[in-house]
Amino acid sequence: MRYLTARKRAEGKGASHTGTEHHWHMTVSAVALAFLVPTWLYIFGSALGQSQEQVVAIFARPFPAILTALVLIVGMRHFAMGATMMIEDYAKGTARKMAIIFAYSLSAVIVATGLFALLKIAI
Amino acid sequence: MADVKRVERPLSPHLQIYRIQLTAVTSILTRITGNALIVGIALAVWWLLAAATSPEYFATANAVATSWFGDLVFTGSAWAVWYHYLAGLRHLYYDAGKGLDIPTAEKLGWACIIGSVVLTAITILLVQ
Repeated sequence: MRYLTARKRAEGKGASHTGTEHHWHMTVSAVALAFLVPTWLYIFGSALGQSQEQVVAIFARPFPAILTALVLIVGMRHFAMGATMMIEDYAKGTARKMAIIFAYSLSAVIVATGLFALLKIAI
Repeated sequence: MADVKRVERPLSPHLQIYRIQLTAVTSILTRITGNALIVGIALAVWWLLAAATSPEYFATANAVATSWFGDLVFTGSAWAVWYHYLAGLRHLYYDAGKGLDIPTAEKLGWACIIGSVVLTAITILLVQ
């Protein structure tokens, strides 16, 4: 026997069955990115156009490396969830499922590639 | 009861005459910029991978990243990221239940557009 009433179990969950989880995650990652992105833009922009030795030297330092890793991990998750929102608005059925899986996969590939590059530069 | 004054209603808008509002434009731009940023980040990560791999690979990736195409992608991405940044902050402000009246919403829209262009110019000047 469940002591929770149906009303209590449904409360706040809405049509998505996950309540405001998605929106809240976008809010949290948006705030995180608001702090991370400006400095990262400066570091990446400064590194772009330099020689390979200089680029490796920049991303071998702890601050640029850790910041880049954070931007990739938080940013690509933010992207995958944001892209899902767009796909859900414009596609349905199998096309929707495939597009969402593709968005998450692409994000994972980019994060893995970026972290691999950072590790290779670091060691 | 005769002579009932007809209420003046706006004409039903269709796409060709519909004057799209600033708030709608700035809303859809948030989605477009956010999703388009995948191109810039993919190019950036590929370039970083090449830097970590070998001089030959870096020469190839760096040639693309610093070509007219790379400049186009990264300049566009700089604007996209700043636009998305400001529009995201605006969303957080809206979420707090503030700025939802039309005059304020339109001002915030212009702030996103003008602010993103200014911040892009500053970024490009700082990093070159």
